[in-house]
Amino acid sequence: MNPVNYLYLAALLFTIGATGVLIRRNAIVVFMCVELMLNACNLAFVAFARMHGNLDGQIIAFFTMVVAAAEVVVGLAIIVSVFRARHSASVDDASLMKL
Amino acid sequence: MENLIALLVAAPLLGAAVLLCGGRRLDAVGHWIGTAFAAASFVLGVVLFADMLGKSPEHRTLMQHLFSWIPVEGFQANVGFQLDQLSMTFVLLITGVGSLIHVYSIGYMEHDERRRRFFGYLNLFLAAMLLLVVADNYLLLYVGWEGVGLASYLLIGFWQHKPSAATAAKKAFLVNRVGDMGLSIAIMLMFTTFGTFAFGPVLQSTGDAGEGKLTAIGLMLLLAACGKSAQVPLQSWLGDAMEGPTPVSALIHAATMVTAGVYLIVRSGDIFNAAPDAQLAVTVVGAVTLLFGAIVGCAKDDIKKALAGSTMSQIGYMVLAAGLGPIGYAFAIMHLVTHGFFKAGLFLGAGSVMHGMNDEVDMRKYGGLRKYMPITFVTFGLGYLAIIGFPGLSGFFSKDKIIEAAFAKGGAEGWILGGAALLGAAITAFYMTRVMLMTFFGEKRWQPDEHGNEPHPHESPKVMTIPMIVLAVGSVFAGAFFGIGERFVKWLEPVTGFEHGHPPVSALTVTLSTVAVMVVGVGFAYAQYGRRPVPVVAPRGSLLTRAARRDLLQDDFNHVVLVRGGEHLTRSLVYVDHTLVDGVVNGTAATMGGLSGRLRKLQNGFARSYAVSMFGGAAVLIAATLLMRAV
Repeated sequence: MNPVNYLYLAALLFTIGATGVLIRRNAIVVFMCVELMLNACNLAFVAFARMHGNLDGQIIAFFTMVVAAAEVVVGLAIIVSVFRARHSASVDDASLMKL
Repeated sequence: MENLIALLVAAPLLGAAVLLCGGRRLDAVGHWIGTAFAAASFVLGVVLFADMLGKSPEHRTLMQHLFSWIPVEGFQANVGFQLDQLSMTFVLLITGVGSLIHVYSIGYMEHDERRRRFFGYLNLFLAAMLLLVVADNYLLLYVGWEGVGLASYLLIGFWQHKPSAATAAKKAFLVNRVGDMGLSIAIMLMFTTFGTFAFGPVLQSTGDAGEGKLTAIGLMLLLAACGKSAQVPLQSWLGDAMEGPTPVSALIHAATMVTAGVYLIVRSGDIFNAAPDAQLAVTVVGAVTLLFGAIVGCAKDDIKKALAGSTMSQIGYMVLAAGLGPIGYAFAIMHLVTHGFFKAGLFLGAGSVMHGMNDEVDMRKYGGLRKYMPITFVTFGLGYLAIIGFPGLSGFFSKDKIIEAAFAKGGAEGWILGGAALLGAAITAFYMTRVMLMTFFGEKRWQPDEHGNEPHPHESPKVMTIPMIVLAVGSVFAGAFFGIGERFVKWLEPVTGFEHGHPPVSALTVTLSTVAVMVVGVGFAYAQYGRRPVPVVAPRGSLLTRAARRDLLQDDFNHVVLVRGGEHLTRSLVYVDHTLVDGVVNGTAATMGGLSGRLRKLQNGFARSYAVSMFGGAAVLIAATLLMRAV
């Protein structure tokens, strides 16, 4: 199968994620969309690695996963504490530095 | 011998330091200390003079290099002294008259609790004035020039509790500043033209400089002289300077400091000789001032202000003579010296009268004082005869020579200048006779003041009358001593040069007409003030009299032209500052404020709008990269 198709899929996933980040208000959903964009990037890395016949892309994909895992931990913690403070997970409600 | 010159300046300077830093514990003896230092300086002057007389006329100049003041590559300012016949004349006049006036002040300032400070300032003045005349370069001369200005300011405003004295001091300081600016510009011009400002090199190389440059330097020096010597148009301060104690008027504002301008012009003679236009300007200033001062002197009822007008007028004569070139330099200095005697004597006499009259200065409230103060009357009378040019006395010899030299300038200029000088002699005789008659003759006109204190005119103590007597002797004999056999001219000739003038009429005719106009002036004054009683309240008088009482409208002129003009200038500058300069500054600030107000809207705190910016930015970057690659 032509690896370019994977790139199309990656672009589609990235666009869906970006659109989600822009239009959804719920912090959890926005967060999931960010994850979707990260995974779209991973897919593109792996596809490129396959196309160029070397392993660089695959190694970068592993790095991305590690970073994404760390980010999930921090991000979810922030979302939970914001929710506790405001009783809302809407990103638009948290538009000020103070409560 | 050279080392004594520095000592000459240092003695009064030390005196000033001791008196001004010594504090109250010197109050009891301060006047003696001050007088001792002044006298020490006079003794040194006499020693140097005796030494100078022992040498041949060409080798009389003493030079002393003291230290290098500002040594910079291409700019050498030295502190050095030059004592030649011209400086020597001034040294003797300054220290001699200065010492006498110190002695006089012991009596005059007896009841003043700040007498020690007064003597400190007088010593400071002597030091600065001596520095001015013995400096060997223009920069050091400038130091002395400013020093005498400072001393003059301090002494005019000595009775600073009187607002009029404080104002007069400020006025003198400010007007002098205009002249001082002229001197500093002249020094800068000299430096750019000659590369130095030492007397020797500058005055010997005038031939190398263009006439235009020399004229500019000459005019700036003239401006300086106008400021210091109260010549038109910078004359307005001298009348007000009479607010100072009378010994100050006698020493600074009659005998010595105000003649510094004449010294400057005569010292810079080589520059003026090579710049006829500047020289003409000097004569014009002199001729105008001698008439101006004489007219003012005729209308004043304040005895000191009448004498101040007279000082202005007599210095006008000296400046006129100094503008005539080598035919006049020696006579300018000769008149300066004789004037130093008789005008100092007249001022001391006026001070003695005031001392006996409860500090009354209005001559209309004097009258008949000759019976009460005979010594003052005689010394003042001899000074009076000297200044009007009574044959045989000092003024006769010196003034007559100046009038002769003015006629000798030749052509229409000669007739105009000579005529002005002759007219001035007539007016001098008029106003001095007026002062004499109003003060010492006629009926007594003084009244008890508002507290019921009637003045009890009495002769002043010996400490005051002896200096007056000495000066009166000088007023009588100095002229004959200097004039007969051209002794003074021969003395100064190696420094200033001398040429015999050739007046279009014979010298005898000039002399006779001088005496004739003097008699006419005295006659007019006698008819006006001698034969009729003098009214205690001044009559309204003619338009000219009223103008002359207001110093020929000099203050009004200054007010309208300079003060108002200055106000308009500053107001328009403020307007430009407010509209243009502030407009640019405030406009920039407002623009920045508006822009940042807009930019602030981007920082709205909504995470999603930041995301839009990020995505938009990334899209733009990618598009740009692609575009660049395509191109």
